[in-house]
Amino acid sequence: MSVESSNRAPETGAFMGRDRLWHPPALTPRYKTSILRSPQRAPISFSNTLSEVTGPVFGHALLGDLDNDLILNFSKSGEAALGPRIIVHGRVLDERRRPVPGVLIEFWQANAAGRYRHKKDGYLAPLDPNFGGCGRAISAEDGGYSFRTIKPGPYPWPNGTNDWRPSHIHFSIFGSGFAQRLITQMYFEGDPLIPHDPILGGIADRRAIEQLIAPLDMANTIPMDATAYKFDIVLRGRRSTLFENRLEGN
Amino acid sequence: MPQSLEALKETPSQTGGPYVHIGLAPNFASITGVFPADLGTHLVNDKTRGERIAIEGHVFDGTGEPLRDCIVELWQADADGLYPSPSEMRGAADPNFAGWGRCPADQQTGLFRFDTIRPGRVPAPGGGLQAPHITLWIVARGINLGLNTRIYFADDAAANTADPVLNRIEQTSRRATLLAHRREGSTIYDFDIRLQGPDETVFFDI
Repeated sequence: MSVESSNRAPETGAFMGRDRLWHPPALTPRYKTSILRSPQRAPISFSNTLSEVTGPVFGHALLGDLDNDLILNFSKSGEAALGPRIIVHGRVLDERRRPVPGVLIEFWQANAAGRYRHKKDGYLAPLDPNFGGCGRAISAEDGGYSFRTIKPGPYPWPNGTNDWRPSHIHFSIFGSGFAQRLITQMYFEGDPLIPHDPILGGIADRRAIEQLIAPLDMANTIPMDATAYKFDIVLRGRRSTLFENRLEGN
Repeated sequence: MPQSLEALKETPSQTGGPYVHIGLAPNFASITGVFPADLGTHLVNDKTRGERIAIEGHVFDGTGEPLRDCIVELWQADADGLYPSPSEMRGAADPNFAGWGRCPADQQTGLFRFDTIRPGRVPAPGGGLQAPHITLWIVARGINLGLNTRIYFADDAAANTADPVLNRIEQTSRRATLLAHRREGSTIYDFDIRLQGPDETVFFDI
């Protein structure tokens, strides 16, 4: 793993505490799988050490030309994946509104019919021979990232007797420190399944739910080609080090 | 009203879901030809300094069944206690050590395994050293926010007794949930994770 040189000052501050009420709790009974997989004891807090404030870095050399193009990156023939063509773009910021550059973002999704290319997915909707469903990008100096894909379809899932996932794209994001590690899902503005979703519904605060819904972004639409959705990602912020004791060893 | 602090809220977490492998380990999920290899499969090479060990374990749910669909990530210091990270200000870590690994659990048995080295000791805030440890992060279907925990080594008893993080755990009997045990006559350490029950693993809010 290469650590790229940069003019940026290294990030060494401790992280602000995570607001666990903003996230879904471990136990969200409407999402049944959480019942046996949710720790029942309080997680234990401690002051960040170097083990939490450091994290791995992935260089741009990792990326292939089509890594952020899900329309073409699985196709053997060069034929495009089926479905509504979209651009997803945004910035990776921290809680202090600072861009977070150079972080690896991985994304995965169902195809336009709502089917995943995974042996555990038994939905009757068809696979698209030209769609794999995974991609990745590294945030730029201003935190920006973008990728091209098709809009994923909604699909039913075995939870309640008739539960449907709204269209969504999964995101995995690294930060500059391992304590920022995050997995989330992006939803689409106006999707009528959003209020019915047991997974999104595990979040208590309506504003937190809205933070996961990407608006249609006409300004970045490509005429006669693709619509655009904007999805900004906020990672935990580091505390100011203005007058703070340095971590031992820093 | 006073001025706004203009802070943003962290993006809420969502479960990785049952198809997390498509994004984090596509070759493992038989999606080939997109990325040349899955990330995080090799921590060490022939030139890596330090004592070679392996960590093997399972993540068990509240009934004692292993999770067969989880992904475990690892972050640890090199043999000298240095992290291969731009945020590491004390010196350059071993260039032949990745520090970060990722392992999808076996889809039949739920076993995860990391071939790595014993980490060196890392300073503690306020002075002194932490006991050798490895950070783990666990995601899966049914886990709404990735779970953070640490591996310590049962054969480092003296260092563990003085470790500031282990000493944050009020119920001393629970500290044992973070100890990996060396298998007799082997370089493998066993470290199982229990999401619930009387031996529930200690998870951290870091």
